[in-house]
Amino acid sequence: MMTSRPRWLPHPGWLLLIPAVALLGGILGVPLWQSFWRSIGSGDWTLEHYSALFTDGVTLKVLARTGQAAAVVTIVTLLLGYPYAYLMTRVGPLWRSVLVVMVLMPFWTSALARNFGWLILLYDNGLVQRFIALFGFDDVVLYGTAQGVTLAMSQVLLPFMVLPLFSALGGIDRRLLLAARSLGSPPLVAFWKVYFPLSRGGVVAGCILTFTLACGFYVTPALIGSPRESLIAQLLGQRTTQLLDFAGAGALGTLVLVVTLVLVWWANRMGGSMATIGAVAGQTGTRR
Amino acid sequence: MTIGISRSSSTGPAGEPTGKGAQIRLESITKDFGLAHPAVDNVTLTIEPGEFMTFLGPSGSGKTTTLNLIAGFESLTSGTIRLDSQDVSTLPAHKRNLGMVFQNYALFPHMTVAGNIAYPLRERRVPKPEIERRVAEVLELVQLQGRDKHYPSQLSGGQQQRVALARAIVFNPRALLLDEPLGALDRNLRAALQLEIRRIHREVGTTLVFVTHDQEEAMNLSDRIALFHDGRIEQVGSPENLYAEPETLFTARFLGDSTVFALGDQPVTGPVTWEDERWAVDSGTVAQRARSGGPTALVVRPESVGIVRDRAQVPSGANSVRARVRDIEYMGAYRTLLLAVGQEGITGRARIPAADKNYALGDEVVAWWHPDAQRIVAA
Repeated sequence: MMTSRPRWLPHPGWLLLIPAVALLGGILGVPLWQSFWRSIGSGDWTLEHYSALFTDGVTLKVLARTGQAAAVVTIVTLLLGYPYAYLMTRVGPLWRSVLVVMVLMPFWTSALARNFGWLILLYDNGLVQRFIALFGFDDVVLYGTAQGVTLAMSQVLLPFMVLPLFSALGGIDRRLLLAARSLGSPPLVAFWKVYFPLSRGGVVAGCILTFTLACGFYVTPALIGSPRESLIAQLLGQRTTQLLDFAGAGALGTLVLVVTLVLVWWANRMGGSMATIGAVAGQTGTRR
Repeated sequence: MTIGISRSSSTGPAGEPTGKGAQIRLESITKDFGLAHPAVDNVTLTIEPGEFMTFLGPSGSGKTTTLNLIAGFESLTSGTIRLDSQDVSTLPAHKRNLGMVFQNYALFPHMTVAGNIAYPLRERRVPKPEIERRVAEVLELVQLQGRDKHYPSQLSGGQQQRVALARAIVFNPRALLLDEPLGALDRNLRAALQLEIRRIHREVGTTLVFVTHDQEEAMNLSDRIALFHDGRIEQVGSPENLYAEPETLFTARFLGDSTVFALGDQPVTGPVTWEDERWAVDSGTVAQRARSGGPTALVVRPESVGIVRDRAQVPSGANSVRARVRDIEYMGAYRTLLLAVGQEGITGRARIPAADKNYALGDEVVAWWHPDAQRIVAA
């Protein structure tokens, strides 16, 4: 005989969600709310902290610089990641695992160790500089510049580009390319008209992941970049740890969050699959 | 534009194909993937203009590889492929001007039906008004008017395959290549699309190469069948020819059912013996390849086999053998008796009327057939 459960009582399976919900609410929801609450004057209902962002002459500049840096990183990882992901769909299971391990390597090294590693490589007269000098580029400075930061960030963010691309490219039926060729397209045209459009979901997902994550980078620009070219996360860190301007930091944080959410929404409309993003984010973690 | 899909120009007065489309000549072509034996092994075949040629064979027999070689998706290890007199052996696929239809349709999912069909025309820089006209024309030919703005995912399997067919013929290819195009469809739809493909072939009149592993499909559709076996062509001929006059045991077994009596190496010019039976041989029924020596087999189709209760009832001049009824299959239009034949009890088949319920499992019977209904093939 089954004991019947009243209609209004939720299924007991939902009880399993309580720890996760409590944890998320406690360590994400509450602080998020607090910083937002402070940004509007802790009950004073003022927008002065927001208007200050647009008038202080620094925030907008840093925001634009961050966006630009993130965009460059996104383009670099896309150009590197697309052929890489394509290769992953073309090789056997063994080589595919090797390629996955190689691209995930940055995640298995501590963020600090990795950044100091880049530091050593990028120093003036360091390994990288001496290497590219062999090709005649002997005036390239990487330490303390945006280029150096871009390089280091691209390495870490490559998996966020490669994995959604791989899942999108792996789902494309290669016989479509044969069909296009039989219908009169040379191989490159077949790729451009058939294969590439079908990979758009993966491209958008990878770009949005990479871009939003790049926007929040802190350690890498702080260590490798120049203090005069700080990015938005450094500005946030400065406000909270040095200026103790929690209201201003809250407003800045909220602004960045809103910009990011708008971008994600837009990308979703562009055909990127949130399911792909979620799966990949879950697979790799978001440690930086 | 020369050979439109306009029906007036493609069929003669009696509706007979006027035989346009290219001749396809395979001259000793071989494709070796470096495996135990070549996927296609020294195949020579001429497919005539306008002909409906079917490549039939079990999976792994080389029929699809041969089609891919013709299409240009695979490169030849050796040999020559000619379209009419042009050597296309090294011509890339996109320059061969051959229409291809795949088993999984291979429609471009990001394009509409009209976009898919217009694709080969756009690649050929056909002016826009003409593209629209020809897309409409070919949609009518495959009876999909009004579906032009649908996406492939919104269509049923049968409709998708019609779109694939339309896309493959809209640019007047020199020949149409179909790789198991009906393999993914259910039985009724297959039958409907077989009729459709035959009609379209009649109306367009192009050379058509059709790959299938389904012998019924091959028999229904083809002008000629090339039966593939282990990378080679076992036999080429009309469906009637392959069914009635198989050269080898493989052919006899692949097309239709038969009872097979292994004859070993005995001469087949005169009467032959099997177990303790002695059978007359009609020299007209001995396959060319069985005359040259080597092991042979005698095969009889089930519809040629008569069943009687004892030897006295066997018509004079007929060959006969003792058998026991092992099973009875009711097929609707007829019944098939499965027999255990002779001392060894090899499997035999005889077709009897559906209404004939005189036999029960275990009955001892005599199976007989006329010598001119049997066939002696190379085994």
